[in-house]
Amino acid sequence: MTAVPLLFVALFVLQKLIDARTRTEAQAEEELLLSSPSAIKKMSLGYDGLLADVYWTRAVQYYGTRLGEHRQTYNLLWPLLDITTTLDPKIIPVYHFGAIFLAEPVVGANRPDLALKLVKRGVAANPTVWGLYSDLGFLYYWHFRDYKDAAAAYLAGSETPQGPAWMKIMAARMNQKLGSIDTSLMIWSQIYNSHTDPNIRKLALKTLRGLKAQKDEQTIEGLADQYRQRFGHYPASMAALREAGYVRGVPVDPDGYPYVLGPDGKASLDPHSTVIIPKVPTTPPPPPVN
Amino acid sequence: MSAMPGVVAINTFREAVRDRVLYNLVFFALLMIGAAIIMGQISIGIERLVIVNLGLSAISIFGLVMAIFIGVGLVYKEIEKRTLYSLLAKPIRRWEFLVGKYAGLVLTLVINTAFMTLGLAAALLVVGRPFAHGDGSILIAIYFILLSLALVTAIAIFFSCFSSPMLSTLFTLGIYITGIFAGDIRNFGALTKNFFLKGATSVLYYLVPNFHNFNSIAAAAHGEAIPLALIWQNTLYALMYIALLLVASSAVFSRRNLK
Amino acid sequence: MDPHGPAIEILGLTKDYPVGFWRKRMRRSLDHLSFEVNQGEIFGFLGPNGAGKTTTMKLLMGLIFPTAGTARILGRPIDDVAMHRDIGYLPEQPYFYDYLTARELLDYYARFSGYSAADRRARVTRVLERVGLSSAADVQLRKFSKGMLQRAGIAQAIIHEPRVVFLDEPMSGLDPIGRREVRDIILDLKTQGRTVFFSTHILSDAEMLCDRVAVLHLGKLRGVGAPGKIVSVEVQAMEILFEPAEGRTLSASLARRATPVGGRYRIEVPEAELYRTLDELRDCSARILSVSPVRPTLEDYFLGLVEREPAAGATVEASIR
Repeated sequence: MTAVPLLFVALFVLQKLIDARTRTEAQAEEELLLSSPSAIKKMSLGYDGLLADVYWTRAVQYYGTRLGEHRQTYNLLWPLLDITTTLDPKIIPVYHFGAIFLAEPVVGANRPDLALKLVKRGVAANPTVWGLYSDLGFLYYWHFRDYKDAAAAYLAGSETPQGPAWMKIMAARMNQKLGSIDTSLMIWSQIYNSHTDPNIRKLALKTLRGLKAQKDEQTIEGLADQYRQRFGHYPASMAALREAGYVRGVPVDPDGYPYVLGPDGKASLDPHSTVIIPKVPTTPPPPPVN
Repeated sequence: MSAMPGVVAINTFREAVRDRVLYNLVFFALLMIGAAIIMGQISIGIERLVIVNLGLSAISIFGLVMAIFIGVGLVYKEIEKRTLYSLLAKPIRRWEFLVGKYAGLVLTLVINTAFMTLGLAAALLVVGRPFAHGDGSILIAIYFILLSLALVTAIAIFFSCFSSPMLSTLFTLGIYITGIFAGDIRNFGALTKNFFLKGATSVLYYLVPNFHNFNSIAAAAHGEAIPLALIWQNTLYALMYIALLLVASSAVFSRRNLK
Repeated sequence: MDPHGPAIEILGLTKDYPVGFWRKRMRRSLDHLSFEVNQGEIFGFLGPNGAGKTTTMKLLMGLIFPTAGTARILGRPIDDVAMHRDIGYLPEQPYFYDYLTARELLDYYARFSGYSAADRRARVTRVLERVGLSSAADVQLRKFSKGMLQRAGIAQAIIHEPRVVFLDEPMSGLDPIGRREVRDIILDLKTQGRTVFFSTHILSDAEMLCDRVAVLHLGKLRGVGAPGKIVSVEVQAMEILFEPAEGRTLSASLARRATPVGGRYRIEVPEAELYRTLDELRDCSARILSVSPVRPTLEDYFLGLVEREPAAGATVEASIR
């Protein structure tokens, strides 16, 4: 009779060995057993709401796990969110999550086109939710630099029953076709304030810090230009700028490190700083894929 | 109005209550509602959605299992075990017996669903989501689930009159699933542009009980209002189809030579 | 309802069953059965296993439907459900809801007769006492022995004081004490003026209890009448009990035919040879103890029937006196 638990222990150990052997292969390619959203919807036998919740939970865990492992690719994110929203198009947090992390290059799937597709689906199914228009506007502005469509999105959002006033203001700013840092700061502040998802807030905070740093650098470079106009040459360093009275104290970046001013009048961050200035594409992005 | 069905119904209910299998099912259902609470905490931002989705789905699935597994044995077991012999020697007509068995099982399902609904309400309270305006649709969704369970029970008891439990289970389940896909099947037929197929799938659509009518779980989970017209339409549809099945069952059962 | 009319009338009752893989062939399990049972009598329905007794009972109860023929109980057709108020039925090998106690079962069945709650309670207690189940009243039926189930079955058949009681093998599964109790119940029912129709293959019970019997074999009626009259068609033999004289041996022919029983001998002879055999015994000075007719029992009649026709074949008609 004692053979039974002993055999179970042996089986347990054996299974662990088998798992260790197959894990490396599983890591190489992630797979969804079923990936056709319409097929899954059909097979759900009417319990699609529940299945949607399951897939959403899976998506969140998938993202969180890979983020924790410092992964570069998030290939399953789109299929999981696609399935979730096909099963239940009315789960709003899914669209917010997708808008940010499907499009995001480093800590996301780097597919702004898919993010756009997802959010458009969300807007079609939930036309009165202003937050989705905000996601749309964000995508057009931040990832596609498409100011016209961004303006339209913010305007539409402002006209929903609970649409906040700031969306009208944002629409106006978009119409001015300016990629200003202030606009970006406004948008990312909005994202930070209106979402509770800790991952989103973390990214927003990081971006905001980068934007602030970018703005500070612009300010410092402007002062350096003024110095050159007065003295005929760029200041040698931040110290020189301070001595000339253009700045007070030691300006530090959001990470607490002092800004560095080069002899060419360009400001930059201290090498130890963890602040990252968001990359702004210099070449026009490819047109959005619908 | 004859009192015979009532007598049989109460006894059927008593039998179900003393059947230990039932308690396991109810226990599992409550467990699932507990799991919903945990799951809601993992998924960000949609606690209430998950609890209502999982809770209603649990009520629906377990109700279905109960309705089918007990339903297919309602008449068959009595014939096999010959408990019916002494009963039919009493002044009770065969259809009265049938209706009584049916009513007893439906009563059992209603009471079980009521318990599980309380469990769901408890789960919502535990996560701190006090009842909101949209919760009326949860009750309506549960009512629709009960209607569909009553319909499934009627199908099961129909087969129980002449077929073994295993076959009856397959048939009943088959009809249920067909009833869920009925819309898709008809659409498929319409797309093929094949005249015969279009006609056949259309006929099937109106013949088979359309269980997809009764599915309002997603709407209830999102707190959407359920149109009033749908409530009485579904009620009428269910009642008529159930009446149809009970009449057919009575006809079959009344002519049957018991072994 | 005619108080003097027959309790049960069976008219040409026939039942065929489809057999074979394709269910095309018909097996006739009951062939134009016709007889009557009078009110107030105890009527035995006899036959070997497979004769069709249970089939007849099930037809009368409306559990199966006749291929041909009709029947009436208390003047009402058998499909008249209201007539069931006046009848009670104990099925062969009764099964009941085993999750109920005896009390609950009887209470359940009593509900179909529309008694008040108090009346029901009283009746249940009374009938439990009558069948000897008072001590097991609140035990679940799944724990009952076969004999106890039998008693419970009788209880539900009589609790509503029906005018006609149908019992299918009421003695089966009972020990001798139980059988005696059932016999008493049946006799009791008769003194109450009720009709008892019971089937059995235990012939001694039938002989003891019944006013009349019907004998069924291979689906056909072989005879109806008082038990004594049924067997009187058989030729009687005579039985002689004797003791051989002291010191004398029996003649060879006697020794061949006699069987020792205890200290005595028994010899059976056809009636015609009685006196010749007595002479033989006198010749060897044997002491005659008794001379009595051998009454063939129903058993003998029965076995004779079965021996003569192990399969469907010629009919043997018994005349009704």
